[in-house]
Amino acid sequence: MTTLVFFGCTFIAFGPAIALFLFTIARDPLRVIFLIAGAFFWLVSLLLSSLVWFIAVQISNKDSASQQKGLLIFGVVLSVLLQETFRFGYYKLLKKANEGLLALSQEDTMPISMRQLAYVSGLGFGFMSGAFSVVNILADSLGPGIVGIHGDSQHYFISSAFMTLAIILLHMFWGVVFFEACEKQRWLSLAVVVTSHLLVSCLTFLNPQYEGSLIPAYLIVFLMGTWAFSSAGGSLRNLKLCLTCKDKDFLLANHRPR
Amino acid sequence: MHCWKSTGPWSWFVITLLPCRGSDKCPLCRRVVIAVNIPLMNTSESEEDSYNERSALVQAESPTMPPYSQDTELPRPVEAEAVRRRPTADPGASDRPDRAEAERESTAESEDEEVTLKYGAKHVIMLFVPVTLCMVVVVATIKSVSFYTEKTGQQLIYTPFTEDTTSVGQRLLNSVLNTIIMISVIVVMTLFLVVLYKYRCYKFIHGWLILSSLMLLFWFSFMYLGEVFKTYNVAMDYPTLVIIIWNFGAVGMVCIHWKGPLQLQQAYLIVISALMALVFIKYLPEWSAWVILGAISVYDLVAVLCPKGPLRMLVETAQERNEPIFPALIYSSAMIWMVGMAKLPTAAEPADQDTDDEGQISDRSDLERSQGAPEGQVVTGREQVFVPGEDQEEDRGVKLGLGDFIFYSVLVGKAAATGEDWNTTLACFVAILIGLCLTLLLLAIFKKALPALPISITFGLIFYFSTDNLVRPFMDSLAAHQFYI
Repeated sequence: MTTLVFFGCTFIAFGPAIALFLFTIARDPLRVIFLIAGAFFWLVSLLLSSLVWFIAVQISNKDSASQQKGLLIFGVVLSVLLQETFRFGYYKLLKKANEGLLALSQEDTMPISMRQLAYVSGLGFGFMSGAFSVVNILADSLGPGIVGIHGDSQHYFISSAFMTLAIILLHMFWGVVFFEACEKQRWLSLAVVVTSHLLVSCLTFLNPQYEGSLIPAYLIVFLMGTWAFSSAGGSLRNLKLCLTCKDKDFLLANHRPR
Repeated sequence: MHCWKSTGPWSWFVITLLPCRGSDKCPLCRRVVIAVNIPLMNTSESEEDSYNERSALVQAESPTMPPYSQDTELPRPVEAEAVRRRPTADPGASDRPDRAEAERESTAESEDEEVTLKYGAKHVIMLFVPVTLCMVVVVATIKSVSFYTEKTGQQLIYTPFTEDTTSVGQRLLNSVLNTIIMISVIVVMTLFLVVLYKYRCYKFIHGWLILSSLMLLFWFSFMYLGEVFKTYNVAMDYPTLVIIIWNFGAVGMVCIHWKGPLQLQQAYLIVISALMALVFIKYLPEWSAWVILGAISVYDLVAVLCPKGPLRMLVETAQERNEPIFPALIYSSAMIWMVGMAKLPTAAEPADQDTDDEGQISDRSDLERSQGAPEGQVVTGREQVFVPGEDQEEDRGVKLGLGDFIFYSVLVGKAAATGEDWNTTLACFVAILIGLCLTLLLLAIFKKALPALPISITFGLIFYFSTDNLVRPFMDSLAAHQFYI
């Protein structure tokens, strides 16, 4: 059971993300660098929010469970807000860097487009977020133990894996929409992204009632996915062309000289 | 400039990155530089302008230049009146083959820079991959083989003060004293080597290095194998073990000190860095290890940047003498740039960056001395990995000193060793990679000798302590309630 659960949950949680990484990012060193930088930014945001939470816990009453839970909820909300702030900060940094690079390299085109950066940074955030959420759980799933022996849910591991998958995909979609909104100065879209992030995190407060948290989360994944797809320039027509391998631009762009 | 090299023969105990000013004989890489006019791209041949590292991370997309791909049939020969001279290498020279390389003249140096710009990001990745591999090996060993995390009380003679004291203050004091002793040993070793080099005792140094690598490849790997077998309860007989160790060690010596396939050499270097890091993790006491990590990055910073630092002196001596660099302990991902070649050999293309860690030599010597054996610094031939010498145009590769590998792995390994938490390990890993990236960025901006340890180790330390103390309780509480942020 244990190894099976471990591998199953790992692939559920990280499968799509690793596939995305391998097929779209691994070949291009610049994208890998920006992915890792995105992960770093997420890490810093987590650090700050943990710091604030930790200080709050130290000055609070440690015996009152409800207070601790309240502080945790406060920590979650703060963390979400800080993550989005750091995403904005990363956007600003990338914009400046790109302008600098453009000026220096005497080229007309940017080496990496803003949309690619949005995707890559979103995935970076997602990787780190997913990893921090689930790696310890996966490590525990390898060892001996009984799930939910004290009356907790039996589906702890698998629901964690699915939730992690949702979060990773969401971060990627949020990244795309966020950067697009920043580029086009659409602050409403920005607000919607932040709100949806808050919504997803707050839905997890309903755990272990997984129907309440997982299903809406996946609904939001689907919605954000279509939004990100359309804001990145996709449309039904594009999708049809791509799936039937008739998209000439794509074919030409990927033509490799022999 | 046509290469980035370490600072002279002492690259193995200094992390320095030094751009080579093209002259008729480059003092660092010993290449005969011939001016050649090769219009590579359609960008104008501007005068030599300094480029910013940020651009080095850019893959400059020149319309006439095909996208960089695995094959290197670049269309340069079309417009190039490229007169690329064959390197008049002397393969007989033991570990220091002199290779000539065609150098673009200064008007074409901007093109050189463009090309370097284009591949700058690739160099960063070429360092990321081996560093990651080394860390993965160390973390995997730490998590599975309990030998390296057991504290037996046995310590190196360079850290004589025990940390088994009652009061916190005493423990802190002991660790600081341990650090002072360790760092002073390192400084003494460095100076000793400077002196040896100054008085041209090359044979002594060679012998020292060979002995050192012998010890690493045979003894440490034997110990490691033994522990792995114990952990997995594998029954092994001595004759088989002797054959395995003998083959491993002999091939390693050949690959590292003489010639061998590039990837095999890289693999060996990664393995010996990992072994070294594991030994450090085992034998350095807890607090001393952290203080030593901090102190060695400070030392590195000081020694490389201060005018009177030993490493600087070495650079200057080497440059004065115009001598080739000793085979040093450097990880090389050397690539070949073939012009007009139909096929690419196993490696890829050129770029030069050398980062070497200075602390490494003394550390390893210290360690080995503690084992009672005479010391030597393992030295690897810098660019001897390519067998088909005739077809090499340039042999530029990204190089990183093994000391860097070792200390990065020590940091991540210690993060993995303390407790069941994987978040700390992940955080340190990302922090170190970002530090390495920033170091390379700074290198390209400042274009002078730079230490490679400080930024990464600083980030790593900050993230280790903050993740361990702040983030871990937060994430644990979140996981307990299954909240997601």
